Amino acid sequence: MSTLFRKIRYLDASAQSLHEGELLVQDGKIADFGPSLGNPDGAEIIEAEGAILCPGLVDLRAAIGEPGFEYRETIASAAQAAAAGGITSIAVLPETDPVIDDPALVRFLRSRGEETGSLTLLPYGAATRGLEGKELAEYGLMKAAGAVAFTDGSKAIASSRTMRLALFYASGFDMRIVQHPEDVELARGAAATAGPRATWMGLPSVYAAAEAICVARDIRLAELTNGALHFAHVTTAEALEHIRRAKEKGLNITCDTAPPYFDLNETAIGDYRTYAKLSPPLRVEADRLAVVEALKDGTIDAIASDHQPRDADDKRQPFAEAAPGGCGLATLLSVTLARVQNGDLSLPQALALLTAKPAAWLGIEAGRIAKGLPADLCLFDPEKSWQVQAGKLPGKAQNTPFDGRALEGVVLGTWKAGRRVYG
Amino acid sequence: MASLKHLLGIEGLNPASVTNLLDLAESYALLNRSGKTQRDSLRGRTLINLFFEDSTRTRTSFELAGRRLGADVVNMSVATSSVTKGETLLDTAATLNAMNCDLLVVRHKSSGAPALLAQKVGASVINAGDGTHEHPTQALLDALTIRRNKGRISGLTVAICGDVLNSRVARSNILLLTMMGNFVRLVGPPTLVPGSIGVNGVEIFHDMEEGLKGADIVMMLRLQKERMTAGLIPSSREYFAFYGLDRKKLAYAKPDALVMHPGPMNRGVEIDSEVADDAARSLIKEQVEMGVAVRMAVLETCARSNH
Repeated sequence: MSTLFRKIRYLDASAQSLHEGELLVQDGKIADFGPSLGNPDGAEIIEAEGAILCPGLVDLRAAIGEPGFEYRETIASAAQAAAAGGITSIAVLPETDPVIDDPALVRFLRSRGEETGSLTLLPYGAATRGLEGKELAEYGLMKAAGAVAFTDGSKAIASSRTMRLALFYASGFDMRIVQHPEDVELARGAAATAGPRATWMGLPSVYAAAEAICVARDIRLAELTNGALHFAHVTTAEALEHIRRAKEKGLNITCDTAPPYFDLNETAIGDYRTYAKLSPPLRVEADRLAVVEALKDGTIDAIASDHQPRDADDKRQPFAEAAPGGCGLATLLSVTLARVQNGDLSLPQALALLTAKPAAWLGIEAGRIAKGLPADLCLFDPEKSWQVQAGKLPGKAQNTPFDGRALEGVVLGTWKAGRRVYG
Repeated sequence: MASLKHLLGIEGLNPASVTNLLDLAESYALLNRSGKTQRDSLRGRTLINLFFEDSTRTRTSFELAGRRLGADVVNMSVATSSVTKGETLLDTAATLNAMNCDLLVVRHKSSGAPALLAQKVGASVINAGDGTHEHPTQALLDALTIRRNKGRISGLTVAICGDVLNSRVARSNILLLTMMGNFVRLVGPPTLVPGSIGVNGVEIFHDMEEGLKGADIVMMLRLQKERMTAGLIPSSREYFAFYGLDRKKLAYAKPDALVMHPGPMNRGVEIDSEVADDAARSLIKEQVEMGVAVRMAVLETCARSNH
């Protein structure tokens, strides 16, 4: 079985600009690409009419409702949303019920991903048993079962002692620890970032410095243990400056951010809009600009969806009581492309942050256009516009912080190992 | 009279609408004093007092205001322990819609809860205090009390003292007083007076002598016992020594400065009885009296807009 994409624009692994040409998929793999590939026998022809063909997106961070919170989302529903968003691999957080802190559960998630036929699920193992922040989970056995890194998900590893042990122990297996960077004591009960807006709205708030305090401590612990450390959804200028300096120093530190943190600021929570209640909270404009700057200069290694499915009852509550988190699979590509349209990022930069870089971080054979790689592909029209509407997004989770946002960039089709799974 | 479907906060009002409400309230205050208390402008209307937080004073004040205007008044106190909090709020909204209530007075421990209800019910929603956000009728009754005693509600220096951080009364008062052209000073320990509350016309002090100097009005805030357990201040004894209002500290203000407190008072914590009960200086009783008049004005204005 083979497929020929004609009149595509694409980036090859080394390219810094778009090529026009064709790409051939055979037996689920990228067989060839170039200006013209002739007329291979029996190939299905996809006329792309100048649309961009990029590797399927690799999402470094998403929570999925299954197992345990199927009322919010199932794996099948997440797979539907992912395919519509051009995503073909997702690293999933362990904050399910049961918590993914056991090798059998890692294997279970892997195989549940395979069953979808459209999405590779790459499980994070819990950094501590039950995400309780106390005892280390079984890193060695979970790695053998296919865990990609270890994290307590949306909970920060609060204890310095536990963090030191986790980094030290994981280094023996060449594995990373992923931290939700937030000083837990400062952040307790917070619903917004500290400042005039939170004060006037009467919302419990957390200082932006709570992120930097945690980041600074953990960088020091990583240095102490020679461990590999990744900070998830970094949102503040101060924390990014710490990370920038740690990288200059040659420490094994990486980080990601998510679209809300470079596209929105705290004004989005006006009128107590709970869909814009996230963790970490949306920050002030100066922090948003710092995130954009860190995307430009390479301090940030990947853009993750930070998808957190919530149902209406989780969100239709007074702001302080509503569950934090936004869904983000269907909007990941388009919101990132907005940074290209306004000139902050080049298209190759933006796509690398969504594909090649997270794939390299995860150590998976994906995220690049190269011969012999699995044909995980996304075809999109960068000029076509659409409007985000909560209630009309693909999949079950509708809690988008981008409700009402007009975006450019529409996914026309998604292919997993050569098979069309969307469009 | 300006149209006002809901009263969710002082934010959203303008000087003209505040003046209108105060004028109407003033006329009710005079009628109330004359003993001609019964009117029928809200006859046939239903007012529901929906209190998710205990409050005897505010609820009674709204109840009295509603009855004096001839409304049918129902009190609902909703225990927050039995059901999941969010379910209670929206389930209750659905129930109230089914009852065709006209005026809904809401108190809730979460900021923004009345705003959420206002989106879900047909009734006019009046915020009777939400979390640490706003308590608009308190600010209006404070303004009326000040106006009656100082002859104006502009160009005055008002010192708001105590737990500003956790006070919805403070927020509504700051908004109203600055909007009307007064100078507001916030006085208290740094842990209770957030720097981020600064707006034009507001100054922050951590010392009572400096903060009260030249003040026309000294407005004390209630200090909740929980603030001590939360570690925001070390003890009530230390708090009273530095921030409690007694004769000595009141002497820093203008000689004719008047004292206010939204109640209920913690005597010997934020205010000394000698000051609180001094009829020549304290407006605390008049605040309660004006509370009924202001709430009558608010209920009538909202009812008319929602007709």
